[in-house]
Amino acid sequence: MDFELSKPQKMLQDSVKEFLNRHCDFEKVRELMETETAHDAELWEGLTDQGWVALTIPEEHEGLELGAVDLVAVTEAMGSFTMPGPFLSNTWAAELIAASGNEAFAKDVLPGVADGETKVTVALLEESASWEPQRCALAITEDGGSYRVSGEKLFVGDAEVAELILVVGRLGDDLAVISIARGADGLTIEPMSAIDSTRKLYKLSFDGAVSETLVARGKQAEEALHRATRLATVAVCGELVGVMQWVLDATVEYAKTREQFGRVIGSYQAVQHHCADILYYLESARSAAYYAAWAVSVDDPGADRAASVAKAYCSDAAREVGNLGIQAHGGIGFTWEHDLHLFYKRAKSNEILFGDATFHRDRIAAMVLD
Amino acid sequence: MDLTPSPQEEAYRNEARTWLEANVPKPYEGDKSISDAGYVEYLRDWQRAQAENGWLGITWPKEYGGQGLGPTEQSIYNEEEAKLESPYLMGQVGVSLIGPTIAMMGTPEQKEAYLSKLLLGEEIWVQGFSEPNAGSDLGSLACRAVRDGDHFIVNGQKTWTSYAQVADWIFLLVRTNPDATKYKGITCLLVDMKSEGVSVRPLRMMSGDSVFNEVFFSDVKVPVENVLGEIDGGWKVGITALMHERMNLGGSITVELAHFLAKVVELARQRGLTDDPIVRQKLAQASLELEVFQMTSARAMSAVGKGEAPGPEGSILKLFWSNYNQWLVQTAQEIAGPYGQLAPEKFGSLSYRYLRARGNSIEAGTSEVLKNTIAARVLGLPKSY
Repeated sequence: MDFELSKPQKMLQDSVKEFLNRHCDFEKVRELMETETAHDAELWEGLTDQGWVALTIPEEHEGLELGAVDLVAVTEAMGSFTMPGPFLSNTWAAELIAASGNEAFAKDVLPGVADGETKVTVALLEESASWEPQRCALAITEDGGSYRVSGEKLFVGDAEVAELILVVGRLGDDLAVISIARGADGLTIEPMSAIDSTRKLYKLSFDGAVSETLVARGKQAEEALHRATRLATVAVCGELVGVMQWVLDATVEYAKTREQFGRVIGSYQAVQHHCADILYYLESARSAAYYAAWAVSVDDPGADRAASVAKAYCSDAAREVGNLGIQAHGGIGFTWEHDLHLFYKRAKSNEILFGDATFHRDRIAAMVLD
Repeated sequence: MDLTPSPQEEAYRNEARTWLEANVPKPYEGDKSISDAGYVEYLRDWQRAQAENGWLGITWPKEYGGQGLGPTEQSIYNEEEAKLESPYLMGQVGVSLIGPTIAMMGTPEQKEAYLSKLLLGEEIWVQGFSEPNAGSDLGSLACRAVRDGDHFIVNGQKTWTSYAQVADWIFLLVRTNPDATKYKGITCLLVDMKSEGVSVRPLRMMSGDSVFNEVFFSDVKVPVENVLGEIDGGWKVGITALMHERMNLGGSITVELAHFLAKVVELARQRGLTDDPIVRQKLAQASLELEVFQMTSARAMSAVGKGEAPGPEGSILKLFWSNYNQWLVQTAQEIAGPYGQLAPEKFGSLSYRYLRARGNSIEAGTSEVLKNTIAARVLGLPKSY
């Protein structure tokens, strides 16, 4: 039994950190979060050149076909920089296409995603704001081989930079996924301004917009969405571990240098215990995230449960770590100037993304009790 | 990362399970109290059976009756044993803390004299560390030993000594040099509990039981050859023993918690609460935190198995376990409602567990001291004392 990242996985993680150190420092992050999309074409090209955009895309579609553990190694590094932009939504959507069973569409689109030419995203949430696909109600109607849709999708990540949007809705009684171009007639995209401005959310209004592509329908759509969301969920857990690691490092460093009453504040037990608590949450969350990544990577029968355990734990832990980090920093930790709030806000948006702890506890309760 | 058990691990698990299924004794009928001679005998028999068949001292070197295997095998055996809810190992402190420390630091004569009997449960060993004025600050201990020719004369008191009432030997930290700075004047003595001048007084805890004791020493003569390690070098011996204590977490503890959680879920069913959304959320939290605990235990085991020094996981596991057990039993109490307050019978020993759990964040290092240790040793913050 081996419960750590392998040597190649550690090297992969180090190379992401090294790259982001050079191309995505906090000055860059702050610059991008003031833009409309938080997307930077040059940064994306760099991520693509390194192969990270294609990390989990199947080899037959020109990806690297690496697993969930490799993905978590990468997102952990990205989380420790609050890397802005569409990496997560793009990874989620690419996996949805790969798992859809629609070979023609995958062959058509994924090579372009792998080489960074095409960016994709998923539109799942509606007014109910539920992450449960069963709650999806947006009506899709078939109209002589094309698909017409009217209604709203909310909280859609990076819709303004994705060339293709995978819209989840209902075709008759079936769950269905269709693909719509960002510039399609009858589609209006408006920003939903949120506290984490390093990753932008949008409201999509469809007014008879037309798609030529049914990506998947019925069982096939449900299963593809399930697999893709599960992979993206563990990727978010990896990010949260990276976020917590940064908060720990910054807080310990500050506690070693900031002086009050003639001593560094890290010599006081009240502050020491905050730091120890952060480590406690971080390492427990790391165990859960790595385990879930491994379970998903081998398609273990317990993978669904492991993903829910990890997301529930990491979501609560990262929020609490942020609270402790700000508290230990005192007033400076509460300012716009200090970088802590970038991580605090990312922890919040990631807590919500793909379901918070309450949502996943509901799922776990069903597994344990029903 | 590869969490698939190896064929060797699977084979060892099967072997352990087969032996345990054939040999774990029926639950003891009667009061499971340490003052019941029949129960003590029952526990001794179980220890002997395990030792004679190679299931105790799994990580001990072979020359002292161990199996020379790693922590992974120990953890596998602990898990399988706990699954069958086997009886408690009365010589636990000896087998997991004191024996390994004697094996590491003892003279050839000491190893010869003590280790085999310790493993077989012929002699029960207990730990004499804490004193009324030396709890978290163990280094300030005052129990005094003065050299008199070939002997030390011991005077003073120890407390919180588990199972002292059935012990044959005590692994005792005493102050031999009051002039040295506090950690440098301590010696570890191996003391025969039958020596003249040793007396034991059980402490009754708020849970009603009396596992812990006070032990008094009045002019007790201890031969100089019973010093373990160096004279005035006892702090190192004590720390070595405590490190073995942390290592021992995990394995059987996770299985024990899983048994208890299953009982809490069953209790919720009996009380018709499994559709209550608040109870569902709490049971899900209980279930997921237990899984996180299991994973962190497995991670710690994997690091130790690769020959790495135990990482921060050790202290974190102790903190996690005590937080978790206390929270879970409180949740169980809420689920039990008014029944939760009843002494023993109605829902097993819930009220006992509720009271006993208060000790979890105090025994084997208070949560506060563990956090101080993490801050100083893992995070590199300045020591606060």
